Amino acid sequence: MEVTLNHFLFVSGLLFAIGLAGVLVRRNVIVIFMCLELMLSAANLSLVAFSRFNLTESGGPDYNAQVFLFFIITVAAAEVAVGLAIIVALYRAKQTTDVTQINSMKN
Amino acid sequence: MEQAEVMLDLLFYIFSAIAVAGALGVIVNKNPVTSAFCLIAAFIGLAALFIQLDAYLVGIIQILVYGGAVMVLFLFIIMLMDMASEERRRFGLGAVAAGLLVSVVFVVQLLRVLGDYSPGSKVLGVLPADAATDVEQIGKLMFTQYYFPVQVVGVLLLIATIGVIVLSKRELK
Repeated sequence: MEVTLNHFLFVSGLLFAIGLAGVLVRRNVIVIFMCLELMLSAANLSLVAFSRFNLTESGGPDYNAQVFLFFIITVAAAEVAVGLAIIVALYRAKQTTDVTQINSMKN
Repeated sequence: MEQAEVMLDLLFYIFSAIAVAGALGVIVNKNPVTSAFCLIAAFIGLAALFIQLDAYLVGIIQILVYGGAVMVLFLFIIMLMDMASEERRRFGLGAVAAGLLVSVVFVVQLLRVLGDYSPGSKVLGVLPADAATDVEQIGKLMFTQYYFPVQVVGVLLLIATIGVIVLSKRELK
């Protein structure tokens, strides 16, 4: 079976769904954060796939999508740094990484 | 030629399997360190898919930034927290049911949409040999058309750095 655009989009969607399930199922805040990164990367795959299959007049892929992807990766890296700093601060205050234990805003 | 195309299709399935298996490993493993290593496997599978799509620069950046820098940061934080004793409890049944339901609905919906999407049946061909390299094209775009966003991203990184330093201080005066 030849590989088509749909194959790549399906893999991308599957990875996104797995990441989403992880965010809902897991209780460790660090693993939840890893699943968020996975979802971001899965979205990147569909961007690259659309870029590769939408050929321009010169015969090459549409590189605008890849520049956009570069920005996504940069913002994701900044997000990881800030997010992990917040998690460390949270751990220092609460001594736990379990999201069900962090409920002082509830009620 | 025929053999090479079959090989490329086979590689797609192999790398997709690595990525999906790594992603499943992240959410199934109870130990956060094992999850982190599974996530590295998933990122490497994804980077291989990027390279199969002729996005060499993006694939290498994916390995360097995600597989290298981000995951080292994650492992470092896990090491700092010493959470071996915390992950003993089982997953909540309601959460597992909700996660499965949402993701299965999402995948079924995706399959239906992709079934009706006619441009989706384009076959991955071979790029013409005289097409410019992707590093050159991306560099040109970034420093002409997207020059302002590049500068904004620089400011964003600066803000993130300052924010992390402020957050990591032991206490604010």
